[in-house]
Amino acid sequence: MVSNSHPENGSQTSQDLAWRVGGAQGSGVDTAALIFQRACGIAGLHLYGRREYYSNIMGRHSYYDVRASEIPRAVHRDTVDLLTTFEAETLARHILAVGKGGGLVYTATDANVPLEKITFLDARLVHDLAAYLKERDLPATTAGLLEDAHTRGVQCFEVNFDDIVAQLAERLEIPQTSAARTRNTLAVAVSTALLDFRRDFVKKALERTWPGRQKIIDLNVKAVELTYNYVDEQFDRSDFSIDLSPAETTEKRMIINGNQAVALGKLAGGVAVQSYYPISPATDESTFLEAHEEFGTRDGSASNVLVVQTEDEISAITMAAGAALTGARSSTATSGPGFALMCEGLGWACINEVPLVITLWQRGGPSTGMPTRNEQGDLRIATAGAHGDFPLMVVASGDIVEAFYDAAECFNYADRYQTVVVHIVDKALSSSSRTLPYFDLDQITIDRGSIAEPRGDNNGNAFPRFEVTESGVSPRTLLGQRGNAHWMTGGEHTPQGRVTEDPVIREQQIEKRARKMELAASEIPLEEKIKIFGDREAELTILSWGSNKGAILETIDLLEDVGVATRFIQARLMLPFPANEFSELLEGAGPLIIVESNFSGQFAQLLRQYTGIKPDHMIVKYNGRPISAEELLIAVNEIRTGAAPDRIVLRNPLQ
Amino acid sequence: MNTGTTKTAYKAKDFQQASPNDWCPGCGDFGILNAMHQASAKLGLNPSNVVAVGGIGCSGKAPYYMGTYGVHTLHGRPIPYATGIKLANPELTVLIAGGDGDGLGIGAGHFVNVGRRNVDLTYVMFNNEVYGLTKGQAAPTMAMGMQTKSLPEPNIQMKLNPLMMAYASGFTWIGRGYSYNVKQLVDLLVQAISHPGLSFLDVLQPCPTYNNLHTKDWFAGKDLEEVRPRVQPLPEDYDAVIEPEMSEDERWEHTRDFMEMSQRWGDYIPTGLFFENRAVSSFAARIGDRMPSYSAHAPAVKMIADENGQSNALLEPIFDELSVN
Repeated sequence: MVSNSHPENGSQTSQDLAWRVGGAQGSGVDTAALIFQRACGIAGLHLYGRREYYSNIMGRHSYYDVRASEIPRAVHRDTVDLLTTFEAETLARHILAVGKGGGLVYTATDANVPLEKITFLDARLVHDLAAYLKERDLPATTAGLLEDAHTRGVQCFEVNFDDIVAQLAERLEIPQTSAARTRNTLAVAVSTALLDFRRDFVKKALERTWPGRQKIIDLNVKAVELTYNYVDEQFDRSDFSIDLSPAETTEKRMIINGNQAVALGKLAGGVAVQSYYPISPATDESTFLEAHEEFGTRDGSASNVLVVQTEDEISAITMAAGAALTGARSSTATSGPGFALMCEGLGWACINEVPLVITLWQRGGPSTGMPTRNEQGDLRIATAGAHGDFPLMVVASGDIVEAFYDAAECFNYADRYQTVVVHIVDKALSSSSRTLPYFDLDQITIDRGSIAEPRGDNNGNAFPRFEVTESGVSPRTLLGQRGNAHWMTGGEHTPQGRVTEDPVIREQQIEKRARKMELAASEIPLEEKIKIFGDREAELTILSWGSNKGAILETIDLLEDVGVATRFIQARLMLPFPANEFSELLEGAGPLIIVESNFSGQFAQLLRQYTGIKPDHMIVKYNGRPISAEELLIAVNEIRTGAAPDRIVLRNPLQ
Repeated sequence: MNTGTTKTAYKAKDFQQASPNDWCPGCGDFGILNAMHQASAKLGLNPSNVVAVGGIGCSGKAPYYMGTYGVHTLHGRPIPYATGIKLANPELTVLIAGGDGDGLGIGAGHFVNVGRRNVDLTYVMFNNEVYGLTKGQAAPTMAMGMQTKSLPEPNIQMKLNPLMMAYASGFTWIGRGYSYNVKQLVDLLVQAISHPGLSFLDVLQPCPTYNNLHTKDWFAGKDLEEVRPRVQPLPEDYDAVIEPEMSEDERWEHTRDFMEMSQRWGDYIPTGLFFENRAVSSFAARIGDRMPSYSAHAPAVKMIADENGQSNALLEPIFDELSVN
């Protein structure tokens, strides 16, 4: 086995393949990626999958990156080892991402298409590609791009998919149109054949993809056979040094994306009601829950989660709050625009001390922004939450594993401190997938906080639901408990929940609610607030949050390989902000680099607001695409050599 | 509706709340509140099992004057709060008190969509045609051209018909009462709460402070040549009920009658039960059909952990679905 060489890391011998497949939305790119991932997963490799797509149903360009490696990775690679295309747009958009020694699969009909004739290729990109080609005296066509790729040392494999389809139709005596439905399998099989990857893994993946549908499986298995033979006949693979071999593993793994992980975390955490209004990239979480609305329990009884699609996000949060008043663990999931609509309801829940979890899947904003692209642009609104002054908790997960455990833990925080918890995640986490061992429910403890006993019927006094206590936590009672009737209101209220404008009670209640967050700050263990990776003693410090974690972990590994000690501090609890912990940790850090996927450095602002600490350098990216380890390494190295400005913007126009 | 498990007989006063009431003297809201107390007692409800949910405005304060659980919510949002409460704990009797502006203005989206769900809720609309608490602006129920004393200019927006809105949205019990006819209101409320689906009770409620046009005297028809109450019961032969076994034609007949009577206004404003559709399943029943465990393991009561805090969920089967090797 020969591994492809990783940039800056030629000594690495472990397998690490970056495969990309692209095509029009609705043409089966996701299916192809799924088959490829399954095949690699069955072969014991670790996978990271990344899905990029437009806000469009059919026709626009989408692509899928699969990274198959022996070491688990949580980020895509910008440099692609093998790119498989069905049409000219994918070729034009991604050919420059294929590195020296890498490969490209394209169809004969796309060999010479003028760039300006490609319908959905943005004018900006046509212009830039044409300029790139002109510099090299090449025409603004796919032929020009192929010629350039050849010059750069990329192996270009022209595949006549129509020929394979015709062969398949003839062999199986089926119509061409039926044979053509195997196109996704053909794309996968061409790739795996070129990678000299055992075909039986692909066949097993097909069985997994269409369980019990033998006719479809047989057809596709035949397609794999023909494709492997075709590749053997057509290409001399001796010049193509990239291949893919199985890895030994006995670990049982699933392939799971962020939306699914959060949904499962909620189930583990005892979610009873999830309300939602459809919005990318949050919806898949709710539909996954709905698809598993009834599930098994350890005690053998049936259990369920009630998923309600509401008329808007205002209804989603207020319905969830209503359900929470009865004691049901309740949550909703949304993205930035929906969160904006939820703000008033969030404030109501906080002043009424209602335990509620909001999963906020960030996407490019403001307004509709870039609905299917990544951004960490909602930290400011999440930490503000609503108008007024009130306790609020915000938890940020950095990867799919954390997303699962945090989703469960958020309910504990909500119950214990009787307030709203915003679980902030992002598009990069939502639609990226990883192979992971099964989650361990024994690591989760369910803590409902304190719930009052019913006082019994005929109790004339209203229950002091908002009693002023030293801890700030008041006895929580649930609607329907006998003898505990009281009131709730969005207005300031007495301990019994009657609206008041009395200045003294106002002070008492505001201070009482605030004390809950002091309690949370003092009780929550450090590792739930902040995680530290790499060399804990290193001065070179990267501070970040959310899905940037994958790229940063890989970057500090790469730095370590060349003898540079780096510390990565991952901020997890955003509110109550761990100000003292950060002040202590960051003393003597130098240089302090904050990495964020937004324009203004929303976390850096939060840090400065609470601690006065300002980073030496900001590395930001705000073009809607996730940060890669490659680009981050370059930026950190610039900082290390003193060549960098205070603020580095990561730009990769070819994504 | 659920009457709870207690055997104690509660009286209307058990549903009252002895605290200062800050509605204006002579406000029509008092009649509605009185009817809510009486109807709750008449139905044998337990105050601990009743949740009164209010919106914002004078009507939204009604929960404060109930000796039950009271939830004073956001402007326009009592419906989704009430929906969440009822779906999570179907044992509770959930009443909504909301104004015409709250329900048909800012909250119209919820008013329409809750009809699609036929949740077992009773929505009492305090309809006085004005936004009282903000000093008398036109509500969605005020007719075009009306100029109450606090409007600087005549109203140039048309009025909505709450009954037809409720019908079009899918409410399965639709009635109208008058706040000065408490006896009829109690009767209507008892029916509305007993109806195993979504009920809408439109209550004409003069605002003595800001609606100087549609006053108690106006509803009493004192301005008419021949003095006679404008508010009168529906004709005796009016049949409001749609039964599951009715033919399409019979339903059309009822619909036509409803269309006519719900649009009567002016000299004759009918009150009573306008419409009851017994042919539509409740939302709880639909959920139960899809998730049989819902009735025994409703969200408010389902067991999520053992006494050690160990999660009760068994997720291995789902992990297996996602397994790759």
